[in-house]
Amino acid sequence: MKKFLLILTLTLVASGLFTAVAFAQDTTPTDDEVNAIAKQLYCPVCENTPLDVCPTEACRQWRELIRQQLAEGKTEQEIKDYFVANYGARVLSEPPRTGFNWLVYIIPPVLILVGAVVLFNAFRAWTKPKSAEAGAGMEKGAGASSSDDEYIKRLEEELKNRK
Amino acid sequence: MTETTTQTKRSVPLWAQITIWGFLAGLLALVGFGLKRSSSPMAEIGKPVPDFKLVYYEGYEYNNTAEMNLSDLRGKVVLINIWASWCKPCEQEAPDLEEAWQLYKDSNDVVFVGVDYVDTPEGAFGYLKKFTITFPNAPDLQSNISSILNRQMGVPETYLIDREGVLRQIKIGPFVSISEIQAFIANAE
Repeated sequence: MKKFLLILTLTLVASGLFTAVAFAQDTTPTDDEVNAIAKQLYCPVCENTPLDVCPTEACRQWRELIRQQLAEGKTEQEIKDYFVANYGARVLSEPPRTGFNWLVYIIPPVLILVGAVVLFNAFRAWTKPKSAEAGAGMEKGAGASSSDDEYIKRLEEELKNRK
Repeated sequence: MTETTTQTKRSVPLWAQITIWGFLAGLLALVGFGLKRSSSPMAEIGKPVPDFKLVYYEGYEYNNTAEMNLSDLRGKVVLINIWASWCKPCEQEAPDLEEAWQLYKDSNDVVFVGVDYVDTPEGAFGYLKKFTITFPNAPDLQSNISSILNRQMGVPETYLIDREGVLRQIKIGPFVSISEIQAFIANAE
């Protein structure tokens, strides 16, 4: 009986160890998990290159840092906060919505809106004078110049002759 | 006829013009203010180097002082070497720099300061241990120091500041020998 209990205990301990090892292996963050955060960051060494596709050694080190922090159980936001605190907000692909950074989010839509209004007014101005001129032409009808009359007369005569 | 002419010549209303110009002026003022705030003085050869703070890595302090300003080193010749653990050319000069430091460290007249440019803690300490660096070293994660020093190309770059705090020389790229480092330091005299 003692022997049986000993074997049972050893089996349980061994299975527990294997489970722990397997669990530890499962918690190693994958490249996809790392890159999901890395693509939101930019390496300041090679400017304008997202961290997930940057081939330099500096970026490789940063990706490893992300992997390490994910393994420690840190959230995406905590990792991004770490990078901002240490390397500055310039590492973020999207500037944080604070202070002067708001201009980045406000100015483009405002400019698009202003542009749309200007275009609308310009198109309207291009079409209005034509209609106005047409109206004016009709008004002019009665008091048209003699040269216009001659031209119309000649045209009418030629049309009659053709008939 | 008169109505038509008025319609054709109609322009943007005055209130709209004032609003647009006011908006543009405000925008320019904001951008100018932001640029002024973000710009920092830069070092030039022959002129005093603008002061900056050094917060040393643990174990790499100067005279057991964890942080100090560059101005605290006035009266000494200061060699500032900008490096990074991800920089291969930096590895080329690291052993020579350490060996040169061993020649000067007891003189108390020349100070070597390593400035680690945009690095990770693991990378930095791994590099310092790998090359058994002993001279003071401080991180520059946000490029503040290298901006003030007006970093030219990349890393490594080395700056020589004389006893009066004036920038004397800049070395772009790695040193290739100890004698080159010695000749560089001699320019501070």
